[in-house]
Amino acid sequence: MEQINAGDTAWILVATALVMVMTPALAFFYGGMVRKKNLLSTINLSFISIGLISIQWILIGYTLAFGTSVNGLFGGLDFLGLSGVGSEPNADYAATIPHLAFAAYQMMFAIITPALITGAFVERIRFKAFLIFTLLWATFVYDPVAHWVWGVGGILRTRGALDFAGGTVVHITAGFSALAFAIVLGKRKWYGQTTMEPSNIPFTVLGAGLLWMGWFGFNGGSALAANGLAVNAVVTTNTAAAAAAVVWMFLSWRDNKPSVLGIVTGAVVGLVAITPAAGFVTPLAAIAIGAIAAPVSFYAIRLRQKWGLDESLDVWACHGMGGTWGALATGLFATTTVNSAGFDGLFYGNPNQLLIQAAAVAVSIVFSFGMTFVLTKLVNVFTPLRVTENEEEVGLDISEHGERAFA
Amino acid sequence: MTKKIEAIFREEKLDDVKKALYSIGIVGMNVTEVRGHGRQGGITLSGRTGTYQVDFLPRVQLNIILSDHNVEKTINTIQQAAQTGNIGDGLIFVYPVDEVIRIRTGERGHDALAYEGDIDTRQEVAMAGVA
Repeated sequence: MEQINAGDTAWILVATALVMVMTPALAFFYGGMVRKKNLLSTINLSFISIGLISIQWILIGYTLAFGTSVNGLFGGLDFLGLSGVGSEPNADYAATIPHLAFAAYQMMFAIITPALITGAFVERIRFKAFLIFTLLWATFVYDPVAHWVWGVGGILRTRGALDFAGGTVVHITAGFSALAFAIVLGKRKWYGQTTMEPSNIPFTVLGAGLLWMGWFGFNGGSALAANGLAVNAVVTTNTAAAAAAVVWMFLSWRDNKPSVLGIVTGAVVGLVAITPAAGFVTPLAAIAIGAIAAPVSFYAIRLRQKWGLDESLDVWACHGMGGTWGALATGLFATTTVNSAGFDGLFYGNPNQLLIQAAAVAVSIVFSFGMTFVLTKLVNVFTPLRVTENEEEVGLDISEHGERAFA
Repeated sequence: MTKKIEAIFREEKLDDVKKALYSIGIVGMNVTEVRGHGRQGGITLSGRTGTYQVDFLPRVQLNIILSDHNVEKTINTIQQAAQTGNIGDGLIFVYPVDEVIRIRTGERGHDALAYEGDIDTRQEVAMAGVA
């Protein structure tokens, strides 16, 4: 039995808190981009996810993701209700920290992932349908994919797919689920015919800033130890965010003036793209990963607009496509000089890794898109996904919550 | 006869207009923020990717109630202070006012509008000087 390491445990506790704050940060990031009448509703979609998924994770989520593998597809029920998950280490996942610390840290990832999807359906989603969808999605999409990629015996992990902190598990699944949800739900009233101005861009900047900080816990904590690998992950994370923010600034500058909303979006996209790579690549590679992530998501937004699809806050473009680029970039830039437990990528003489990454991306896209499509259709049979036209016009703050953001 | 001047102009010109009005003896006024557009339509703002059009632009609406004979001078003052020469500078409207009642005292008409040192009393003092 390994020994508990106090430094590792302290860092994972801090990282857990950092990742927790990312969900309220996301609430502000999204909230600032909607109209005033939907500000509280949008913020709440993220916030209530902390409540919902915390409970789901303890009861069933953790064991479905990290229980003893059932054919590599999902975790068995040995950790149901976190039974047996306590202060002892766990050889598979938490060699030097209490197993419970690992479960708590992973809980924060499980929380933010469905919260990311909410950007797709703001300003028209029925709250009741959202609650049901989120619980189903966490149980039938997030938990299995987390098992595939991170669980011992998981189908993607055993095939050598690299995902340091959740580029595939978190960002690709959220992004492509958002795409499916938006297709099923349909556009907001007057979408494309009237300007839907962001009501509070400073909120979005605040949210992006807190996301950036929280991401040090998200990626740095994924080393699961207070060591050089954690440091590498923190530095690559900061570097990629910086590069993407600067590149996005220039991209938006070409059309008009350098947009602040664009700059902070770029930062988030850089953070998304470095997520799978953070513990496998060098800081120099992180510059390239962030710099390329910006145009990938920028043009994905343009494409989405051309389709006339109201995937309202561009979860697909930023997280789905940013995450896809990050997962592929891991197959290009990964090097065992950074992480001996990883693999070399294409640029270090191992083209096979890129193929493995591409396969993992494809499987995750097809599964999350397909499952979300089915789940949304299913929920819609029992309770409508959308508010009525009149409720949408009034705004969800009043019609769904009976409150308003400002008096 | 009492009139109301309603001037809609650029928000960034509010301080200039206010100062100019004080200097000619306009004491009371109120301001509301309004959004609108005239012939120039909207403006283009930067978005995440590319630009978008905003139809209704922020302007301030300044209301002044005053005596008939001060209207021209006041209008000219506002017009000069609020002007940039670019499209979108705004408009000034003048309306007749039937009655004015000061809530504190119940005074009506001219009495309800009079303040010490305002544009009317200045004029009266000036005329007394001429006589």
